[in-house]
Amino acid sequence: MNDIIKGKWIGKPLDRVDGPLKVSGEAAYAAEHDIDAAIGFIVESTIANGSVSSIDISKAEKVEGVIAVLTHENAPKMKPWGDGADDRFQQSHGVLVDAAIRHYGQPVALVVAETLEQARYAAILISVIYDEKTPKLGIDRDDSELADGIDGGLEETNRRGDFEKAWGESDLTVDLNFTTPHMIQAAMEPHAAIAEWDGDRLTVHNSTQVIDWGVGCLANTFGIDKNNIRLLSPYIGGGFGSKLGQHYETILAAAAAKKLDRPVKVVQTRRNLFHDGPHRSRIEQRIRLGATKDGTLKAINFETWSTQAIGHPFTEGPMASAANAYRCDALHWTGKTRETNETINDSMRAPGEALGGITFEAAIDELAEKVGMDPLEFRLKNEPAEDPASGKPFATRDLVDCLKKGAEAFGWDARPKEPRSRMEGRKLIGYGLASAIRGNMMMEGSCQIDLSSSGHLTVRMDMTDIGTGTYTILTQIAAEALGLHPDDITVELADSDNPTTSGSGGSFGAGTSGSALWNACIAMREKLAKAGGFNIDPDGIAFDEGAMQAGDRSVPLRDVLKDSDGFSAEGSIEPGDEHDDYVQNSYGAHFCEVAVDIDTCEVEVRRFVSVFSAGRILNRKTARSQCLGGLVWGIGGALREELWLDERTGGYVNRDLAEYHLAVNRDVPQCEVIFLENPDPKSNPIGTKGIGELALCGAGGAIVNAIYNATGKRVYDLPVTLDKLM
Amino acid sequence: MKPFQFIRPDSADTALDAISAENAKFMGGGTNLVDLMKLQVETPDSVVDIHRIDMGGFSETEESGLRIGADVTNTALANHPKVRKDYRVLSEALLSGATAQLRNRATTGGNFLQRTRCYYFMDTTRPCNKREPGSGCAALDGPSRIHAILGASDHCIATHPSDMAVAMAALDAQLHTRKPGGENRTIAATELHRLPGDTPNIETVLDSDELIESVTLPQPIGGTHIYRKVRDRSSYAFALVSAALVLKIHDGKIETVRLALGGVAHKPWRAAKAEKCLAGAEANDENFRAAAEAELADANSKGDQTFKIELTKRTIVAALSEAADRENAA
Repeated sequence: MNDIIKGKWIGKPLDRVDGPLKVSGEAAYAAEHDIDAAIGFIVESTIANGSVSSIDISKAEKVEGVIAVLTHENAPKMKPWGDGADDRFQQSHGVLVDAAIRHYGQPVALVVAETLEQARYAAILISVIYDEKTPKLGIDRDDSELADGIDGGLEETNRRGDFEKAWGESDLTVDLNFTTPHMIQAAMEPHAAIAEWDGDRLTVHNSTQVIDWGVGCLANTFGIDKNNIRLLSPYIGGGFGSKLGQHYETILAAAAAKKLDRPVKVVQTRRNLFHDGPHRSRIEQRIRLGATKDGTLKAINFETWSTQAIGHPFTEGPMASAANAYRCDALHWTGKTRETNETINDSMRAPGEALGGITFEAAIDELAEKVGMDPLEFRLKNEPAEDPASGKPFATRDLVDCLKKGAEAFGWDARPKEPRSRMEGRKLIGYGLASAIRGNMMMEGSCQIDLSSSGHLTVRMDMTDIGTGTYTILTQIAAEALGLHPDDITVELADSDNPTTSGSGGSFGAGTSGSALWNACIAMREKLAKAGGFNIDPDGIAFDEGAMQAGDRSVPLRDVLKDSDGFSAEGSIEPGDEHDDYVQNSYGAHFCEVAVDIDTCEVEVRRFVSVFSAGRILNRKTARSQCLGGLVWGIGGALREELWLDERTGGYVNRDLAEYHLAVNRDVPQCEVIFLENPDPKSNPIGTKGIGELALCGAGGAIVNAIYNATGKRVYDLPVTLDKLM
Repeated sequence: MKPFQFIRPDSADTALDAISAENAKFMGGGTNLVDLMKLQVETPDSVVDIHRIDMGGFSETEESGLRIGADVTNTALANHPKVRKDYRVLSEALLSGATAQLRNRATTGGNFLQRTRCYYFMDTTRPCNKREPGSGCAALDGPSRIHAILGASDHCIATHPSDMAVAMAALDAQLHTRKPGGENRTIAATELHRLPGDTPNIETVLDSDELIESVTLPQPIGGTHIYRKVRDRSSYAFALVSAALVLKIHDGKIETVRLALGGVAHKPWRAAKAEKCLAGAEANDENFRAAAEAELADANSKGDQTFKIELTKRTIVAALSEAADRENAA
């Protein structure tokens, strides 16, 4: 266990160090850099499958201020989509490469003008004639194939134990079919890019979660060396997975800048983004569970059918929620997919568990009811001793603690024992709970730190802060390790010239970048200790208040620094054997109360109590904010969000934030977030585990279970809109 | 978005001159018009902003009602003391709509003239008889959760999105307009909007050069006022169904009832059939349900919006029950 961390800075609810810049508007987001750029506006395909047979840009070209109109006939050479890498984030994302259309909304032209207004006007004067083919859309179980792996590192099939036997030995079973809808990440900042070429060297300012993957994608798209690309993304207005990869705005900005030999900016409109960014695809799920009369879970079988975009292999796996949750004799799953003309389907916050945390946790509730057990008791009874999916030991396991603590804080004892048994006025009241489990991932990362002769520390890496608070927690880690005040630390992120890290995604960012920084600080402590004349293990030296102290000897850092050229150190991290030998998860438990109007069936979430165990908490304020955000997403996912696919075209019809219903303030009640702060030494040197997605996992499950408790009605087709309860 | 001329006249006369130009549009708050211009749905050659015209604000009418200048913002209207006291259903309707920022900008006249939220109306790549007469209606066979169940046609199943106009219909508000040459007329709020028929592109009885100058509310009628809005989230969503209700009960019998529905038709739907059933009837759930059934007897839907028929009935009954409870408690 890490003994150096005393909690002087780590854990403290420090305000965001970048907060003043953001609230004063000084933090420049992707589209806001002071670069004299021409403006590009995307023209979308209005078919989902086929090709452009002709495109007339003559009227657009004549509009005042228009500099160029890029089409597949004149765009700079890019490699075809998918070239150069197996990795979907680093493969070529070439666009306007040929006349082919793979999905609705795919760019068929980019108008570049001096102003946005000119470009947008010219865009409407472009006429396109298509050679249209019937689009292949939607789930078709008979036309599906086994997925090539499931997102999050799961195999497409799991066959642990004998399912038929365990199912046969079950006294009570459920066999349920769920569907979850098309959804979209809808980050507040739309995707935007400014690109600029200097000879063969490309500089891009955009909004991206993983810098290194972005550089890889640009290199593969334009056929240039990674060393000739600089990608910067210092401030990001939310990603939620939608900015893991590079999207059309970035590729088109770079292509246009190359053609015109001047900087070009492209910002996707909100409506563009519903087609030209990624989304979460509709999934059909069949869940079979069996238990004996005493409530012992025997059998789990989880099958999914989904779709993926052409040339973009990605299969989301709700079965992830079943993989590590409860003991059973047999755990089988199968993930099937179908390649279609849908828009790009990719990660959306907590891919897998965000959905399984609703469907699987609802199925568990239904089985518990059949057995005649309280859903809490049923979960506690089926706590596994080892990982049900793999048989490996757990690194740490405190789901039971989360459930028990949450039950007590919430007042689970007062749960209506029978469905539809409690009313207040015209409202039906129900309680629900769900477990939260999310895989704890670790990636590779490295970091450079420089301590100047004046005592100011600069931290450099290509890590990103997507609004989660990365600048702040890294500041706290360095302050704790080196005994510096946060004001004496500058963290510089999201520049491809800096050492490479994981970036942000999969809740792996804080652990990976924080550990790389921690290791750099440990190396720095050694150098400073030596320079300070200490001849003992630096771990035995207290670094605090700008001084090193051991025994009765104290050396101010300024004494070591003043005549030096400063000190530099590097640190890195990679997943160790403990990520192979143990199953690593973050855990949690959600408890919520809903009120359902007996007349109109409107659902109101009245309160949430959620307990989370995500290892060491680096900042109790930003960690809580992450968890509150997860609960808000849980409400949206269970009750509100659904993109409506128009099966005649392959486009989505409710393409704005008025008609695509994210949860709003009034949908969100008081939420109590409780942390079990159990540092996990098997996870990484600082004992953290992933937190960014954890709170979403199971939040919707608690809501749908509470709705059942209130109304006696289970809805298997999400979201639970009022018409489904009538 | 097409380039356009932006005109800011400082009097009604100069505004009416400006609107006479070809393809000109009045703009109140612009909260809907400008969005639709960005989407290429509205393509005026000139936009005539009414904000510099003195439209008189609030005053009491000779009949002890309330006069409201057409440029009064939704925020000001919702919070006006007399509206809160005597026309509470209107205040509630306004406050249930949009967001504070939008209400600060949106005007009384403009709110009446909001365009539909139909997805296909807002997407110029799809057929829409309202946007492009004769092109067809993509909503008939597409996702249509927000569409009409009353008074629709094979040409259009769009709904009117306003909350305010529903309350205005229930309150028997009147609009006062002016045309070039000084011609004035008065139009009942219930008569302003048209059903789609085979000309869904013609949404109101207003001429293209007719300016709404003011709206008047008749003498207050008392009673219990309720605006019940049912929607897919608890704020910032258009109504799936809404009910604007004024109810007065005397000795257990309904003395006065005014009921209008939103989210169900091409226009704010004054529920005359339900009102007729309820007038003088005992205030009980059986009669409330019978009135709702009568009003929805001609409701029709083949699409996703079918659930709204039952939802509308339940909303009517719920609003009546709540109002009756309050009346009986008073």
